Amino acid sequence: MKPRVLVVDDDSALAEMLGIVLRTDGFEPAFVADGSRALAAFRETKPDVVLLDLMLPGLSGIDVCRAIRAESGTPIIMLTAKSDTVDVVLGLESGADDYVVKPFKPKELVARMRARLRHHEDVASETLTIGPPDAPVIIDVPAHQVVRDGVAVALTPLEFDLLVALARKPRQVFTREVLLEQVWGYRHAADTRLVNVHVQRLRSKVERDPERPEVVLTVRGVGYKAGPP
Amino acid sequence: MTRLSDGTDSDATRRGPAASGGEDAVPPADAPTGDTAGDPPADAAGDPPADAAGDPPADAAGGSAGTSVAATAHRLRQQLRRHIETGARRVSYVWQHSLQLRVAATTLIVTGAVVLVIGLFLVDEVAGGILHAKRESAIATARLGLISARGHLADVDAGSRGDVQNAEAQIQADLTSSGRSTGLFSIAIESASSDFPDSVSGLSSYQIPPSLRTLVQHDNLAVQYAMVPNGATSRSHVPGLIVGEPVPARTGLFELYYLFPMTAEQQTIALLQRTVLISGALLVLLVVGIALLVTRQVVRPVRVAAHTAGKLAAGDLTQRIAVHGTDDIARLGQSFNEMAGSLQRQIRRLEDLSRLQRRFTSDVSHELRTPLTTIRMASELLHSRRDEFPPELSRSAELLHAELDRFEALLADLLEISRYDAGVARLDSEPVDLRQVVATTIDANRALAERHGSRIVLHQPDTPLTVDMDARRVERILRNLLANALDHGEGKPVVITVGCDDDAVAVTVRDHGVGLRPGEAGLVFNRFWRGDPSRSRLTGGTGLGLSISLEDARLHDGWLQAWGERGRGAQFRLTLPRRAGHTLLSSPLPLSPDEHDEDEL
Repeated sequence: MKPRVLVVDDDSALAEMLGIVLRTDGFEPAFVADGSRALAAFRETKPDVVLLDLMLPGLSGIDVCRAIRAESGTPIIMLTAKSDTVDVVLGLESGADDYVVKPFKPKELVARMRARLRHHEDVASETLTIGPPDAPVIIDVPAHQVVRDGVAVALTPLEFDLLVALARKPRQVFTREVLLEQVWGYRHAADTRLVNVHVQRLRSKVERDPERPEVVLTVRGVGYKAGPP
Repeated sequence: MTRLSDGTDSDATRRGPAASGGEDAVPPADAPTGDTAGDPPADAAGDPPADAAGDPPADAAGGSAGTSVAATAHRLRQQLRRHIETGARRVSYVWQHSLQLRVAATTLIVTGAVVLVIGLFLVDEVAGGILHAKRESAIATARLGLISARGHLADVDAGSRGDVQNAEAQIQADLTSSGRSTGLFSIAIESASSDFPDSVSGLSSYQIPPSLRTLVQHDNLAVQYAMVPNGATSRSHVPGLIVGEPVPARTGLFELYYLFPMTAEQQTIALLQRTVLISGALLVLLVVGIALLVTRQVVRPVRVAAHTAGKLAAGDLTQRIAVHGTDDIARLGQSFNEMAGSLQRQIRRLEDLSRLQRRFTSDVSHELRTPLTTIRMASELLHSRRDEFPPELSRSAELLHAELDRFEALLADLLEISRYDAGVARLDSEPVDLRQVVATTIDANRALAERHGSRIVLHQPDTPLTVDMDARRVERILRNLLANALDHGEGKPVVITVGCDDDAVAVTVRDHGVGLRPGEAGLVFNRFWRGDPSRSRLTGGTGLGLSISLEDARLHDGWLQAWGERGRGAQFRLTLPRRAGHTLLSSPLPLSPDEHDEDEL
């Protein structure tokens, strides 16, 4: 089955062109041009991935992103004309998984989408445990479930991938570049803020106190590692 | 000692009675003999012991102590000098920084000097007048007494002790008991021609100064200031005046001396001195006080203005000075406020412009990029299917694709540099290992290096070099430098060296290409500058790369510098402070490469 894509963009020429490219690459696109109708369209089409422009009439891209994230972990890739720090970080903090800066190359966009749609065919049952012994975080990899203190934690697929990547090698320190490659699928250096923002989001869900992390630890000047089990 | 004719009309003493024992005047060149100055005993006694006490220890030290004492003395001297220097610097600092102090000090010195001169003059004049009057009255008294004395002494035989004493008693009674002059003086009678050398006077313990006696014996009426007994019976001596006159007798010459204690005059003059001193000091204090007050009135508004100007300079544009009245100071305040207001308006306008510029940049960015994205995708699609087109369409698709890349790079660089121009570029610093960034940069440029046939040689320390930096920007700098070096390296190796010290890290990128002509090292960072327009360029650089890199480096408080020599290639050096906010003083790596660097080729 072809993966469904919801394109939220008010520029009709770009939307049409995106449609051509996406169909060529084996996606099934749906379009919405107005921010205020984006959430309804999302519920209706149940896409596998959302392409979201940040500057939209009606509701802004940031608000649309928050609204979608509030009810679903569906991957969201921002299409942004701004590479300014504030806009990108704001988009990522409101829940976007990744972003591409206009003008992007179609191959690049498709690569980003495929990376987010990549399914882990982990048939073998695998359970990982990290964090402090008195309040461990238990990850059931095939079931995509994370439990902390006996309570299930809802993670987006991206956050889940990030946590699993760290938890599989508890003693290894991951640089941001390595995480970008393993989790986001970048083959070349990319924006390390992606990692920073998503580590923050992940911590806010799995840590007891995000200010003093025990599950995802920062190794100053190098990167991140999982807290000892 | 002077003759009466000289003494009366000349020189009242300028020294005052306090200079006891001194003669009444400095003798002229033709002064008669016997002009000995009676040094006050206190002086004679005071000086020699001081000298005597001072000398022996010095001698002892010189003799036995040796080097340790000399070293201690040297150290002490140095310490003292240091203290004095420090003190002098502090005083000089305060002096230079306080107008009020300078005005007060100047006033103090000038007023002090004026008051001192006036005071001295005043005391001198009055004391001279008093002494002169005393002298005149003393001489007049003496003349009066002379008549009586002549009568009593005329028939006295100087050889007969009893007669002399008799006569003396009578004279004494005559002169001292005559009304108003009682107690004002005592008298002494001497005779050189008598056999008994001792004084014939009642004041047996008192010795009339020999110089005076010589003069009187030569038949002069003479006057001298000297220590005299304080009254006939007292044994204590006070400064006073002695008038001596010769009294001719049948058997010889008697000398009659009037001794006038000048206690009263001395007290008057002392009182005068005290009064002048106190009032002078008060006057000086008053004037200095007034000067301080006046200066304060002027300095305070100036200080307020300076303080306000400082705040304005620090960015608080709402600061104003409170203005009262319409005087000069108020006008200063008004003009200052007007200046501040004008500044504030200008800056607001510039800020508005900057905000507009920012909006414009952002809008252009968005408005341009969206259609460009569509064009890009269309071009990609055409490019990927170009095999299906006839040759001219196929080539068109290729050109469209290639030029679109250039167009995009140029747009990106233009937007980036306009962000710098608008002053909105922000640093997103975090501690990052510089070696990692270098490695990433080299990886990203491997393909380009292969196309140029250049080898990339890396020298770097083994330990992590954690630096506070915006990795995205630093990577962009290094990417630009490396691409630039590969571009101009003519296929020869490009050497990247990473160095560090405690405060800074540096990366040099060296190529061995054509290098730079003299003077070009400063031009390479100019926008759209081309060293040699005829050279082919594979990277299709926008001409803005090094300009942006320079801005990126500046944003880090870092340096980006170029070196180049015709035929030896070029070297670019990036220096960054290890901690944000630290000011660079030096770079860990030299800007121009050593000669032995050539061996690496």
